[in-house]
Amino acid sequence: MAAVAFAVRQWTGPVSMLVVVAVIAVSAGIARRTVPFALATIPLVASILLVNTFLFPGAHDVLLRLGPFSATGTGLAAALQATLRVVAFALSVAVFSLTTSTDDLLSDLERRGVGRRAIYVIGSAIGMIPRMIERAGEIADSQRARGLDTEGSAWRRVRGVVPLAGPMISGALSEVEERTLALEARAFGAAARRTVIRSHPDAQGERALRWAVFVGTVALIGLALSGLLVLP
Amino acid sequence: MTEEAAGLHLRGVSYRYAGTDRRVLQDVDLDVPAGRVLGVVGRNDAGKSTLCLVAAALAPGVIGGRLEGQVSIDGVDSRSFLPHEAAQRVGILFQNPETQLSGTAATVFEEVAFGPRNLGLPLADLVERVEEALDQLGIVDLAPRDPQRLSGGQAQLVALASVLALRPGILVLDEPTSQLDPAGTRLVGDALARLAASGRAAVLVAEHKTDLLERLADDVVVMDAGRVVISAPARDALADGRLLELGVTPPARVSISRAAAAAGVETRLAGAAWT
Repeated sequence: MAAVAFAVRQWTGPVSMLVVVAVIAVSAGIARRTVPFALATIPLVASILLVNTFLFPGAHDVLLRLGPFSATGTGLAAALQATLRVVAFALSVAVFSLTTSTDDLLSDLERRGVGRRAIYVIGSAIGMIPRMIERAGEIADSQRARGLDTEGSAWRRVRGVVPLAGPMISGALSEVEERTLALEARAFGAAARRTVIRSHPDAQGERALRWAVFVGTVALIGLALSGLLVLP
Repeated sequence: MTEEAAGLHLRGVSYRYAGTDRRVLQDVDLDVPAGRVLGVVGRNDAGKSTLCLVAAALAPGVIGGRLEGQVSIDGVDSRSFLPHEAAQRVGILFQNPETQLSGTAATVFEEVAFGPRNLGLPLADLVERVEEALDQLGIVDLAPRDPQRLSGGQAQLVALASVLALRPGILVLDEPTSQLDPAGTRLVGDALARLAASGRAAVLVAEHKTDLLERLADDVVVMDAGRVVISAPARDALADGRLLELGVTPPARVSISRAAAAAGVETRLAGAAWT
């Protein structure tokens, strides 16, 4: 569904996605928890607004002049549309991650016949994030204990990245072989279809709704891209 | 399979890693019959970890390299197994508990079930194996816990349980306590001692903590530069006068007895003869 925000042009795509995501977030009771995801887009949104508003190619409807730069109405509209797309996408990712347990997602993918290697890659990538954060904290603490200055000015922080990134990367690489061997030692290469040990209730109504959303999304994108449906 | 063939047997085994000419193992002969525990000690780079990989059929099966001689697993040449087939005959436990957990399981139960699930076993069989493995190590109460929130010792036991759930007849333990704190070492050591005493499997354990090895092993080999230089019953091998020059610290019992003897004090620590 998040693709609608990008695939359907003008205002309809991003605005409709924002409405849908907001309704889901409120009805699921997670609206407040999506705020950090929206805030995380601020740096990107700020650059989109500035670049499009002041540097939109071919726009002449000047709203404001700041030295050599001119803000245009066309640029501002394009910037707001792009901003809505980014925020709608970020919020749809937020809603997905806040409402879907990783374990349930993986076991459902497995039940649907997705290969064990793909499942492992997805699962370990998701699981790796908190472990990497934890390890980064440990490395930062140990480097600070040896005199590394990782706080203060931006330049000091940048200089502190190298002594932190080095052990992170070398540590992760050195573990790859042992992880691979440990997987092989647990019959990861067996050809049999993996036993499924979690089952999820999947009501007929929910299945029908999922299909309706999927078909509706594909149809909307198809009609919008082909020009058969002209939206504001 | 004859009774003599059961277990792990190495005859004239030499091994080179891919891309090198140096033999990391040289002409190694070993026997680990079913129900026996063989300890392996030696200084760093003596070849202990390579021996574990070869014994578990991961070398050359998974990592490549060149193997000479014969590694017999329950009477069958290790080179004839695919990795997942070998995993059901020989289980291997590595040093670092963190790298052995799949990182994809929400509970310890599911972590231990990782191997049996890969084999596509029926659910009832899988549950039975997992419960048995947890019970063998006395960690049934960990079953609902998050594997990422365990102590080092607990995580190592979970990794061992996940190996046991494949019901291998041979266990290879590569310095299973080297990255654990004293509490973790005691936890894992006690579980291994129970496992060894059960006599269910042939166990090869590489371990530099000779005090632990003295509790576990029936026999001990000392390695140096890829060769077996001492092979004897555990009590004799760990009291051998050459241990220190081979980079191995003798068990505390041996060191204290020697110090006492040198000072002319009699102790009751001395059991079997040592030199």
